[in-house]
Amino acid sequence: MTFAFATVALITLAGAIGALAFRQIVHSVLSLAITFTGIAMLYLQLGAQFLGFAQFLVYIGAVTILILFAVLLTRNSGPVISGNPYSRNWASGMGVGVAVFACLSWAITRTPGLTPTAPPEPQATVKAIGLKLMSDYVIPLEVIALLLTAAMVGAVVIAMGDTKKPQSQAGNKAMESINPSKERA
Amino acid sequence: MSALSHYLLLSAVLFSLGLTAVLIRRNAILVLVGVELMLNAANLNFVAFWRFGPDPNNLDGLLFVLFSIAIAAAEAAVGLALIIAVYRHYKTTDIEKISELKG
Repeated sequence: MTFAFATVALITLAGAIGALAFRQIVHSVLSLAITFTGIAMLYLQLGAQFLGFAQFLVYIGAVTILILFAVLLTRNSGPVISGNPYSRNWASGMGVGVAVFACLSWAITRTPGLTPTAPPEPQATVKAIGLKLMSDYVIPLEVIALLLTAAMVGAVVIAMGDTKKPQSQAGNKAMESINPSKERA
Repeated sequence: MSALSHYLLLSAVLFSLGLTAVLIRRNAILVLVGVELMLNAANLNFVAFWRFGPDPNNLDGLLFVLFSIAIAAAEAAVGLALIIAVYRHYKTTDIEKISELKG
């Protein structure tokens, strides 16, 4: 185990534990960003430059920010969260997590034939990835494009809320809800 | 222990932490965070097997992760939109309070 790998692995795990354990949602999400950074660094260590930078852009630049906006939009209880942020059955949840890890690590350590040394550094240039994407993987690429479009439209439709009401009624309601407060003021 | 098994063990820890987050957190957003952690653990496995596999010049493992990242981004967008829609309806994101379908 090299020093670089140990450092990055430690950062990644610390971020993941923070995302799991912090009581405040915002802290958890920022901790998740640290984990994503660690994983991007692991990709760079493994010689996958393009993936490392894609991870940076997509996960830290987009997904984390998206989650932060969702936290902002669903926040109702001020800066301090009241009540227990963990489930009532947290002990059994932890038990399942530990059991899954025990199972996986048992399988990994017992598997023979995990190659002891890495093959020579591969040529994973952007050009090679682009050529592969445009030749062997062109149909999956198109399907992904369709999926992203559908997901974008779906997300907008789901989050848009109720716009079925006629404009006049909605306007009247808004006026009614505004007027009493004005009178009180 | 080879370098490959180090990566696999790290990925196993990340997956277990993500699963634990899904199981023990009460906020729906943090459940989604746990799902993202598990997806990243799987991606790390793909890249590790690509790098230490017999033929790294074949870029299949890399491209698999690239598609996986795209799908994870779509999943996050739709999942968060659903959480916001649920929040608008129930005024909470606590998944223990959203239990109307419970038998």
